Amino acid sequence: MKKVYLQDSNILSPLGFTTAANFDAVFAGETSIKEHSIHSKLGNSYVSIFDQDRLANLFNQLGISNDSSRIEKLAIAALKPLIDKKAPGRKSLLVVTTTKGNIKALADSDELNTYIPSLAKHISNYFGFVTEPLTLSNACVSGLMALSLAKRYIQMGMFDDAYIVAFDEVSTFVQSGFQSFQAISTEACRPYDALRKGVSLGEAATACYISTEKNSDSIQIAADSSINDANHISGPSRTGEGLFLSIQKAMQEADISADEIDYIVGHGTATLYNDEMEAIAFNRAGLRNTPLASYKGNYGHTLAASGLLECILMATCLRKDTLLASKGFETLGTSEYINVLVNNMQAPIRTALKTASGFGGSNTALLLMKS
Amino acid sequence: MHFISNSIVIRQATVSVNGAPYFKGQPSEFKDFAKELYQHLGITYPKFYKMDNLCKLAFLASEIVLKDQDGEDIALIFSSKEGSLDTDIQHQGHIQDENSFYPSPATFVYTLPNICIGEVSIRHQLKTESMFLLAEAYQTAYIQAYSDFLIESGKAKKVLCGWLRMLKDDYVAQFYLVEKQGNIAHQINNIEQILNK
Repeated sequence: MKKVYLQDSNILSPLGFTTAANFDAVFAGETSIKEHSIHSKLGNSYVSIFDQDRLANLFNQLGISNDSSRIEKLAIAALKPLIDKKAPGRKSLLVVTTTKGNIKALADSDELNTYIPSLAKHISNYFGFVTEPLTLSNACVSGLMALSLAKRYIQMGMFDDAYIVAFDEVSTFVQSGFQSFQAISTEACRPYDALRKGVSLGEAATACYISTEKNSDSIQIAADSSINDANHISGPSRTGEGLFLSIQKAMQEADISADEIDYIVGHGTATLYNDEMEAIAFNRAGLRNTPLASYKGNYGHTLAASGLLECILMATCLRKDTLLASKGFETLGTSEYINVLVNNMQAPIRTALKTASGFGGSNTALLLMKS
Repeated sequence: MHFISNSIVIRQATVSVNGAPYFKGQPSEFKDFAKELYQHLGITYPKFYKMDNLCKLAFLASEIVLKDQDGEDIALIFSSKEGSLDTDIQHQGHIQDENSFYPSPATFVYTLPNICIGEVSIRHQLKTESMFLLAEAYQTAYIQAYSDFLIESGKAKKVLCGWLRMLKDDYVAQFYLVEKQGNIAHQINNIEQILNK
């Protein structure tokens, strides 16, 4: 089977407009989650949102015109630096992912502008891709699944390389829904902590470029698996079955054992049940002592963007032999032990595991390896 | 070479299985037709009544194609143009007006298209690979190659592929099961025949 490597990446988040700026911000323990009022009926919410002026400046700098929706501009701005460096070829794939795309248009009864396939087509045309984009929407595993999907299409021999872009905005649509679920935290979220109270939502756009080309600092996408819990459409499995199976299958594909995994970047949404489910799944997979972090305390939950964003930061961790800490964590709050990192750590790491889980019983596990 | 072992099309209150007529309901709204078909199938699954229309459609199509296949290693690759827009519009209705702002968790949970994958996975206990794609039209070549890959790489034994349209009572479900045995070759022209392309 062909080996596929992460080459280039970009993260646009309220913490910074490059992968390097984002890594530095998380290394410094920064968070962009703050109290905002996004709708009069929702009270004040702890969310991570872009500074409008900084974002407008970025769009201007990149020459992205004003006739697109904000979310289209975000996606284009995330991809543009990668495509400026390397233009797509005849056998380049574009994978687009978002959970809600331009759902804000629905408030103006503009149904046509909420169609995600149209949004993907717009991005694809903007950059002149000659192949049709693949667009997936798989709740909170979307970003990580998009990377896994792109890797598989390269392994299948259908494409030479792939660009992946994952994005979501903070909206009244989603915030109101999570609030109705009573899943929203009344402070900045605290993944895996005993006092965690739920999710903080965030927005981001993340892009990366992958191919079979191997360089001295290439990070290999070594294995990936997405197994459904088949248990509940919104509640995490009490046994962590789908996540456990996803991790197991990924380890089998990479032909490694649990003790070869040096670092885990979990999903860690900071809801009671999600974090508990992860702790159970990590224990079942023999990973209770493996250093673990969630970056939701830095960014909030950026939905489709989150899995890819966190995976890209994890790749930087591998390159720098640095393990980033889990922001907002103080005291373990899961029934089974997990080794949540309170402080950043410098240590040689070769293999790291990224996981995500979401509504619909979805789970994805993906292993990155230094080559 | 893989095969299509079973296929189903549901549209305009009519169900055909492997190209042959299977069930014809009364012309009515989708939810009434869905109930009629559910009763015709003679199953008892109370969760069915809680589902939104997209999930009911995916559930019913899968129910017929996956008869006697519970617990098998069957991957699910569903795709759609509208995704969950039908329910998105309902949730938006609950929050549109400041004076009657009542988001409902029972509606909101269905504002993700992959929830229907969850519903089918629960029903048939499919702890398997799955994915929800969005596209203007069914991406036959992409999905054919991906289904073959899932089986060849051992990531699944069979793959259930489904195209779903659900918006304001306009609905279509075209599902087919890919596996190592069957009568119809898993080729683009045969898939497009099921899809009536």
